[in-house]
This record gives sequence, structure tokens and C-alpha cells, in this order.
Amino acid sequence: MIAEIGHFALILALAVALIQATVPLIGAGRGNASWMGLAGPTSAAQMALVSISFAALMHAYVTSDFSVMNVAQNSHTDKPMLYKVAGVWGNHEGSLLLWITILAIFGFAVTLFGRNLPPGLKARALSVQAMITVGFLLFILFTSNPFDRLDPPPFNGQGLNPLLQDPGLAFHPPLLYLGYVGFSMAFSFAIAALIEGRVDAAWARWVRPWTLAAWVFLTCGIALGSWWAYYELGWGGWWYWDPVENASFMPWLAGTALLHSAVVVEKRDALKSWTILLAITAFGLSLLGTFLVRSGVITSVHAFATDPARGVFILGLLVVAIGGSFLLYALRAPSLKIGGLFAPLSREGTLLLNNVLMATGAGTVLLGTLYPLFADALNLGKVSVGPPFFNSVFLPLMVPMVLAMGVGPLMSWKRGDLAGALARLKIAAGLSIVVAVATWVLQGGSLGPWWAAGGMALACWLFLGTATELAERTRLFRVPFGQSLSRLGKLPRAAWGMTLTHAGLAVFIAGMTASSAWKSESVQSQKIGETITVAGYAFTLKDVQNVQGPNYLASRGTFEVTKDGKAFAVMQPQKRQYKMPPMPTTEAAIQTTFLGDVYAVIGDESSEGGYVTRLYFNPLVVWMWFGTGMMVVGGLVSLSDRRHRVGAPSRARVPANSVRA
Amino acid sequence: MTRKKRRLYFVILGLLAVGAAAALVLSALRQDIVFFFSPTEIMEAKVPTEGRRIRLGGLVEQGSVVKDGATVRFKVTDGANALPVVYEGLLPDLFREGQGVVTEGRMGQGVFVASEVLAKHDENYMPKEVAESLKKSGHWQGEHPEQVQK
Repeated sequence: MIAEIGHFALILALAVALIQATVPLIGAGRGNASWMGLAGPTSAAQMALVSISFAALMHAYVTSDFSVMNVAQNSHTDKPMLYKVAGVWGNHEGSLLLWITILAIFGFAVTLFGRNLPPGLKARALSVQAMITVGFLLFILFTSNPFDRLDPPPFNGQGLNPLLQDPGLAFHPPLLYLGYVGFSMAFSFAIAALIEGRVDAAWARWVRPWTLAAWVFLTCGIALGSWWAYYELGWGGWWYWDPVENASFMPWLAGTALLHSAVVVEKRDALKSWTILLAITAFGLSLLGTFLVRSGVITSVHAFATDPARGVFILGLLVVAIGGSFLLYALRAPSLKIGGLFAPLSREGTLLLNNVLMATGAGTVLLGTLYPLFADALNLGKVSVGPPFFNSVFLPLMVPMVLAMGVGPLMSWKRGDLAGALARLKIAAGLSIVVAVATWVLQGGSLGPWWAAGGMALACWLFLGTATELAERTRLFRVPFGQSLSRLGKLPRAAWGMTLTHAGLAVFIAGMTASSAWKSESVQSQKIGETITVAGYAFTLKDVQNVQGPNYLASRGTFEVTKDGKAFAVMQPQKRQYKMPPMPTTEAAIQTTFLGDVYAVIGDESSEGGYVTRLYFNPLVVWMWFGTGMMVVGGLVSLSDRRHRVGAPSRARVPANSVRA
Repeated sequence: MTRKKRRLYFVILGLLAVGAAAALVLSALRQDIVFFFSPTEIMEAKVPTEGRRIRLGGLVEQGSVVKDGATVRFKVTDGANALPVVYEGLLPDLFREGQGVVTEGRMGQGVFVASEVLAKHDENYMPKEVAESLKKSGHWQGEHPEQVQK
């Protein structure tokens, strides 16, 4: 019964979305206020209906209602409650329902916070939002209904893929989707602005917080997925340039570029049509990501079971959404008024440079991801494009970007003083060279990879460049220290946000470089009592025992690890055999220190009575997570800036003494 | 700075970035992409495989897996031909006889030396390339029996 309510609510939501997609749009064209006004109530109704539907599916999972096919295929009574809940989005149908629920919530948020938005822009944006909803609702209802019944219902379900039964991954899809779908806001506003033919600072002020929020979620989601891959897959790596990882990384790149170009629109009224293009691209790449993951066109470790009908439907959706938007862009963008001019050497100029590099980077990732498809279609053979391609194409493009990131914030708007900025960066540059030389010497010259020194120097450059900018803002060492401190306290939160995210990226780069360059690994058959030494850590395999978990059996190895003869840790990696579905998983044991992760994996019993073990030392891995954390916190701090507070400024200037809600 | 000049700057910047990217992509496409072959294609020497990094895919032949310490030997078959593979390391959790597998490495003296054996998150999942090469050799058994038809 409840499942039918959920299904019915989805159908009603489709009807409501159809109204929301058309009536307010026509109303805005004709200047009919009551038609435009319909956007608000319909978006609220839509959110209510989709939420009911989502709650109905959640109910089916929590109560293990196996008469619903989706639950029977993906859940099991033995599963811990957290994974029953997470199971809702651990499959194709449910994850689409989550997608659309988030879309409806975002739509309602526009209604809720957008009271002082210009009514035309709001009505049009909500209509565009509803068009996306219509597309996805049709997709769910016709090809992927999560509420299909199963008759007779099985006694128990088939269970969730054990790899997905993990706290990190339970929250990875919702965060990722909050990011993907969050870019739909920028997209809807961009399309609305194109229809209106007007992009101005107020528009950018509207788009920025939404984009920033989406960016924060997406960053979190990607980091969580990467962290999960690191500790759960037991391969010791954290990023594989897998098509599905790329699918989330491309919108992140475009979104990051959008975030920066929206600043230029807001502050300088320039780069307008470029910003619109980025907004369309960011969401287009999010849709493409959904397509790549859901359709199974590309061999990936993530692909759910595939169905050609679905792939064709999403492809159609993609063509209409992206093709339509680009067509509209081609028709309307030339009519956008060109705004403020600037010299190439200026804050705008460096932001533009970074935008171009980031967009090009996203383009190369797109090319690498889709190349196997093209090659297959053109009969060039079956190929796979893996880490070597991306490392030798994408990373070099990011080098000038990071270099410019150190300089850009020190340039002034409109016309900057490059010589002056570089003069202020003398210390940063000098120390970066010192770091490069020190890294080279410490790794024993050409014993380590040649790029390691460059990577560490870049990290140092970016970190010190960011610090220099902060010192400039507070006039450190030029005014008394107390005055600097009080300036520091008065810095706008958006400035803090930038400082934190840029410094976070620097920390991330250091971690990434070190963990890729100096990883130590040892794979062997290890007998009980035998000691293997990796990077100065001596691993002694003490014993291997069988342990029983809630829905699995595991063999658990116990390693005593010593460093320089002193006890360091006792590590207990497991190899688990899940019962339903019957599938083995590897649970690595990780001991994190400031300088690196000690990482142990245990495998099958080998023929001569030992166990296959894999032992790693991964340097500075925690720096990557910490750096990403800084970036997320920076985004949140910036989001809390009152100038970004949703709805604060509007086109009609709010009287200075008006009370803010 | 005039509007035209600014546009010129924009275009030059774009061209530089795209040009650099194109150069990198072209050089990478020559060296860094990995071709996929079936055992038959390699054994009938239809393709130049010596020394180049390639992917080999098919089914793990029943009864062919021999473990010796951390070294594993097995055969990858597409039904028509079977190619011996040697791999040193921990096998992915879902590696099993009779299941689809993709390995990456280089061709040695009649033996494929794999540096990677690819794991899949989902045991129902058959790598697309493997399914197609099985179809080509006429040994396709239809969808995997455990695969849920939706």
C-alpha cells in the first residue's frame, strides 16, 4: 500500500512539474504576475510529493518489505539498520529517486529564500528547474520504477553489495548528488538569464552562494568516495582515473571555474557570457556524469547492471538538455551587454587564465573518459585510457594554474602590477626553490621520481603565496602587530574562505605528491611469526583467526608492527566473506601518522602454509584528507559571509535600515 | 584597452591552452593508452603486442589457477584459445575460476606478465570487452546466470 502511495505521488509530481515548467515561463513572457506566482506553490507541492515518494521507498527498506522488487534485490533482513537506509540509494532506481528528491528540495529553496528575487527571473528559473524534473521523472516512471512489486514476495532479499556496506559510502552518493544537483541552480538561473537577456551583478550574487554550496557538497562527496576507495578496496591507492571518478571530477572542475568567474561578474560586471557558458557546462557535465554511471556505456568498476533502454533515454535527455541550452546560448549570448574592461595583467586576467586552464583540463579529462567510446565506434580497436594518460595530460595543465594561483590574489582589479606582486612573493619563491632542492636531496636525487621536487615546490609556493596575501591584507610587519591582528579579525569571511581553500589545496598537493612519489609496497607470502620490513616498519604476523560479524565471516590477521625496535601498533586487517550476497571483501588495517599511513592487507592462505599479505607505507596521505577538509571548511566559511547570504542584496536596493530575516 | 584587444587576448589565451592540451593529448595517445585484446587475437599474432602495455581479457579457465606464494599462474580463455598469465600480488576479491577477468601487463615469452588484475565491485558484472570477445569467438553463454534481469 505504502509503495503504491509512493508511486502515485511520483505521478502527481510529474503533473505538477509539467505545470511548473510551462505556466510561470509563459507568465514571465507576458508579464502576468499570477501565472508567474504559480512557480512558488508548485515547487512546494513538488517537494512534498517527491518527499512522500522517497519516504515511501525508505519505509519499504526499513521494514524490509520484500514484495517491492527493488528492496528484494538490494536488501536483506540481516543488514544493519544504517545500510538498510543507505540501501535506498545503493541501487539504480533508488539513487535516481534521491537525485530527484534533492532537485525538488533545491527548487523549493529558491521559493523559500528567493522572496526578493526579481519575479521574472525567479519564475523562469523555477520553470527551467521543473523541466529537468520532468525529464528525470519520466525516466524513473518509464524505465526505472523503484516501486515495482514482486509476486510472490521472496522470503528474504538478495542483500546489498558488501563493498557498499560501509559508513563512508553510505553518505557518498547523497553528498555527490547534492553537488551535481546543486549545479542545476546555476544552470536554471543561467537559462533564465539568457531568456531574459540580462546578466548583472545581482544575478551573480544569486548564483554564487548556490554554486558555492554545490561545490562544497561535491568536494565532500568526491573526497569521501576517494577515502572509501583508499581504505576499502585495499589497493593502497586513492584515485584511479576511473570513468566514474572522472564523471564527478569534471563537474567539480567546471564548478570551480564557475565559482571564480561569477566573482568577476559580481565585482566587475565582466566575463558574463563566459560565466553563463560555465554554468551550462557544469550542469551538463553533471548530467553526463549521471549518464556515464547509470548507462554502463563505459567499463567501470562502479557500473550497476546495465539496460540499453535506460542508456538511450538518458542520452536523449542529455541531448535535449545540453543541446538545447547551447542552442539558446548561441542565439542569446551575443545580446548580453559587455561589461567592465580590464587589462590582461589584472585580477580578472589571472582569474580568466585559471578559468581557461581549468576548462581545458576538464576538456582533456572528458576526452580521455570518452575516448574508448569513440575508438570503439570508429573501429580503432578496444582501448582503455588509464592513469598514465591523465597524469601526463591533466597534471601539466595544472602546473601553470597553481603558479598563477599564488600571484592572482595579489593583483588588483582592472589593472594589476605584476612586478609588484612578484616582488612581494620573493620570499615565497625563494623558499619554494629551497624546498625543491631539499626534496631532491632527501629523496636521493634521481632515486625518486623527478617530478616530486616540483610537486613539493608547487605546494610550498601556493601555501606561502596564500600566506603572503593574508599578510598583505593585514599589513603584517608594516603596522604594529596588534593592529595587524585586529585587521585579521575584521577580514570578511569570503576572504578567509579563499585563504583556507587555497592553503588547503597546497596541503593537498603536498600529500598527493608525496603519496604518489614515495609509496613503499611489499607483497609476499608471509608465515605466522615471520617479519617483513617496509619503510622502516617491521610487520610480524602473529596469528590469523576466524571471527564472526553480523552478516559475514572473516579471517583476521594480527600484525605487531615495530619501528626502530619500539612497539608501534597492533594491526588487524580482515578478509571477509559475506553471506548475502556471497562475496568476499578486503578490510585493510590503517594506522595513520602525521608523516604517513602504515597500511596492511591480508589475503588468502598460500600453498606453503603462509598468507599472502600486502604491506604499504603511504607517505603524507593524511595531508590530502586534511587539505580537502580545509577546502570544505573554507567553502563553508565563505558561504557564511553575510554578503553571500542568500537573498541579501537584490536589484532594487534594499533600504539600509531594513531588517534582515 | 579596447574591447577588440580584450577579445584578442581571450582568444590567444584559449588557443594557447587548447594547443598545449592538444600537444599533450597527442603525445599521450601515442604512449599512454592501452589496447584490449582477446587471447585469440594475441596468439594468432594478429596484433603487434611485443613490449607494449596491453590489456588481456576473457574468462579464467577452470582448474588453471596455481598459487605459489605470492605468485599466481592462471589461463585466460575466450573459449577458442587460452593464454597463460603470471601475476605477482594479491588477487582481487572477486577473482574466481570461470569468471570474467581483465588483466593489464606485457607479453613475455608465450606468457602474459600481468602487473594488474582488475577487480570489479559487482560479481554480476561482466566487463563489456570480455562479453564482446566471447561473442566473437562464439562462446558466449548468454547473460551471466546470476545476473538479475530487470
